[in-house]
Amino acid sequence: MRQGPSALTGHDAIPRLTRARPSGVPEGKRQVDRTDERVAIGRARPARSVPAGLGLAVLGVSAVALTPILYLGIRAAGASAEAWDTVLRVDTLMLGVRTLGLAAAVTATCIALGVPLAWLVVRTDLPGARTFAVLLALPLVVPSYVGAFAIQAWFGNDGLLAGALALEHVPTVSGFWGAWLALSLFTYPYVFLVAAAGLRGLDPSLEEASRTLGSPRRDSFRRVTLPLLRPAIAAGGLLVALYVVHDFGAVSLMRYETFTQAIFVQYRSAFDRTPAAILSLMLVAVAIAILATEQRARGRARYFRTGAGASRRPRRLPLRRWRWPAFAAVSTVALVALGMPTISLLDRFVAGALDGIDPAPVARAAVGAVSVSAAGAMLALAAAFPVALVSTRYPGVLARAAERSSYVGYALPGLVVALAFVFLAANALPWLYQSLPLVVVAYVVLFLPQSTEPLRGALLQLSPRLEEAGRSLGRSRRSVFRTVTVPLVSRPMLAGLALVFVTAMKELPATLLLRPTGFETLATAVWSWASIGAYSQAAAPALLLIAVSAGPLYLLSRRLDVGHLQEVRPE
Amino acid sequence: MTGGDVLLRCEGLSKRFGAAVALDGFDLEVRRGELVALLGPSGCGKTTALRLIAGLEYPDDGAVRVLGRTVADRHTWVPPERRRVGLVFQEWALFPHLDVTGNVAFGLDGHPDGRVGEMLALARLDGLAHRMPHELSGGQQQRVALARALAPGPDLVLLDEPFSNLDAQLRAEVRSEVRALLEATSTTAVFVTHDQEEALSISDRVAVMLDGSVRQMGSPFEVYTAPVDAGVARMVGQANLVAASIAGGLARSSLGDVPAPGLADGACEVLIRPESVEIAADPRGAATVEHVEFFGHDQLVRCRTAEGERVDVRLIGPHPDLVAGATVSLRLRGEARVLPA
Repeated sequence: MRQGPSALTGHDAIPRLTRARPSGVPEGKRQVDRTDERVAIGRARPARSVPAGLGLAVLGVSAVALTPILYLGIRAAGASAEAWDTVLRVDTLMLGVRTLGLAAAVTATCIALGVPLAWLVVRTDLPGARTFAVLLALPLVVPSYVGAFAIQAWFGNDGLLAGALALEHVPTVSGFWGAWLALSLFTYPYVFLVAAAGLRGLDPSLEEASRTLGSPRRDSFRRVTLPLLRPAIAAGGLLVALYVVHDFGAVSLMRYETFTQAIFVQYRSAFDRTPAAILSLMLVAVAIAILATEQRARGRARYFRTGAGASRRPRRLPLRRWRWPAFAAVSTVALVALGMPTISLLDRFVAGALDGIDPAPVARAAVGAVSVSAAGAMLALAAAFPVALVSTRYPGVLARAAERSSYVGYALPGLVVALAFVFLAANALPWLYQSLPLVVVAYVVLFLPQSTEPLRGALLQLSPRLEEAGRSLGRSRRSVFRTVTVPLVSRPMLAGLALVFVTAMKELPATLLLRPTGFETLATAVWSWASIGAYSQAAAPALLLIAVSAGPLYLLSRRLDVGHLQEVRPE
Repeated sequence: MTGGDVLLRCEGLSKRFGAAVALDGFDLEVRRGELVALLGPSGCGKTTALRLIAGLEYPDDGAVRVLGRTVADRHTWVPPERRRVGLVFQEWALFPHLDVTGNVAFGLDGHPDGRVGEMLALARLDGLAHRMPHELSGGQQQRVALARALAPGPDLVLLDEPFSNLDAQLRAEVRSEVRALLEATSTTAVFVTHDQEEALSISDRVAVMLDGSVRQMGSPFEVYTAPVDAGVARMVGQANLVAASIAGGLARSSLGDVPAPGLADGACEVLIRPESVEIAADPRGAATVEHVEFFGHDQLVRCRTAEGERVDVRLIGPHPDLVAGATVSLRLRGEARVLPA
């Protein structure tokens, strides 16, 4: 194993690869020359002002995106002493400790699992590395509440484990450990994907430089690779921590009380909804604290390559006698994370089919889910275009404001956005209360960055010169947009559509609170049946959900890279 | 080779990547204290040679010896960290998570401030000790990369196209700085370049590489004035290759006769450098000017002879009468070299 297939890149004649730079500023030495360039132009560029229509569209999108948080703030500010009493009775401190404790435990587990897996798959001669790269990412398609109930089916005295191993006493799984298991098993792919992308994007000459300076491989990993990977690990950890803090389904089914669960209980049980608003704001504060922690963890170094030279692929490290033990370990993770939910769901599904369960409600739920999710994806794309255009083509106050406000929903748990819209509709817009358009708008607020980011990235790489060339050939701005810009960014548009669609399909709390009475999606169907222990009925919609999510995820896993994911966050 | 003890010796190194042959019988000998340029067109295997010497690639065949110790052959493999061979990467590969001090101290045991300070001073980096790589200009990054490679006191430093990332103005300046820094630390160095001017101007010896092996090695003067073949002649400076025929120890060409003592009669080529041709506007001349490239301090006049051969002539100063279409006479003035056909 002296040379891998990638050793070809050792040759002189490999073309230089330069990576896209998010800031649009040339990297390395050319940064120094920028002033000269300006002097050379001789005259300041004419200031470009945002076209009125575009400006209005951006303001509209921002206003809608900011509505939930502003409305919650207003409600909380006007809260009565009584409402505060209720909140304080809930023992908020304990809720915070429980929520953060779960987030910390799951994040740590995911990093401990995801980083070594990524290293094995990307940098070693692990058997079947390519297959594992896909398999290990797949558990991401299992929504937390589906995973939670699928895991529950394995435990307990009449669970699958007892049957398979002929045991009499198997404990049920619930509470902290149940939530920890379900969330860790189905969110570690975030860390895995981001760390793998980080490892792939790492300039191998940095590790080589370390070797020529006298550091053996192990030291080089510790002194160079790991520190360079830190922002990627932090980004992956952030996604996991936010997921846990936002999660409503798994913790509810596992009966582990966190903020989201307490908010839901408050909302359902109390006549006065103000305490729920106050708790929601506290949860938002927790999410913001996590975002801030991640910013700190990234440190002050900037992680792009300072030179412009050729990019070489690193050689895969031969594992030698550790090759098959590593294979066994990686297979175990894949088997548990994929096998556990699939087997129990299929088992329940077959049992249900034998019992002759009516398929009509499932079909209705599927139609409902696809229609609101598709509408949400389309509306999100329509909202993303003005935001992405302004933030890439007209930098300024408006661009920054639009960018930031489009991220607000991303930091907000679905439950919180849903509550805000419930309050707002019930009090001010009764014609919207419990209507499908409100569900769709909530999706847009929640998932806007997923649609904006691919577009923004593509527009940044798309030279404005192309658009200027179109203008100089006598086309109007609108015509250039239609005939030049849109065709060139059609792939990221589709990626954004797919991302929002899949996420909306899985969305539970907002759909649960905002849907019209009697309207079901696959997610609400799974939840309502699983929460009353009707696992056989829940199995069919759960399997459908996983099947629907898997296709687009495959597409996405191919285009996920660090830059992309790191950008899906406020700066 | 005579004189100086041999520090690096490559013997018959071969390396292929799939179907592509990068190195094929690569031999090189570097003496202690000298600065050797490895000159060749892109794709000739220069970088691969450096990576084999540094221990970043395994040779398919051949051996690398540093100070008489074999570091790589069919049976031996010394990992890069134990070779005491420093490498300055083409794109510098500064660690983006470490500041200048952290980068320079990387190869040192512990954190000896004295040594780091010394290197920073030598590389004129004082005051930049706590800058991050992205906060440096191109020239500064170049000096950090070199200081980092020199800090552990390696036996040999390899530089891969060290100046190609700098713009033309900066390049000449950094070149002499690097030369001075290598001399100040009495470091033996091999640098790779495709720029013949760079190779000739700062190295003690030049190894001209073509198609994966060294064709000729010698002082800049030797390889320029006495190239072994047409390929080397073209790689080192501009060259006119004019057809000639040898008869009785004299090679006759359209530009004049060149002594060819001891060479068998028959066809040959004569290498004539553009500065060795005399040109004069002459209505009865046998050549015409095709076009003129004017550089200011000198100019290149591209002519075609009556025989249809192209001959380039380099002239100092402006010559208004030499314009495209002018009829001229050409005559060999200085050195020329007969290359056996």
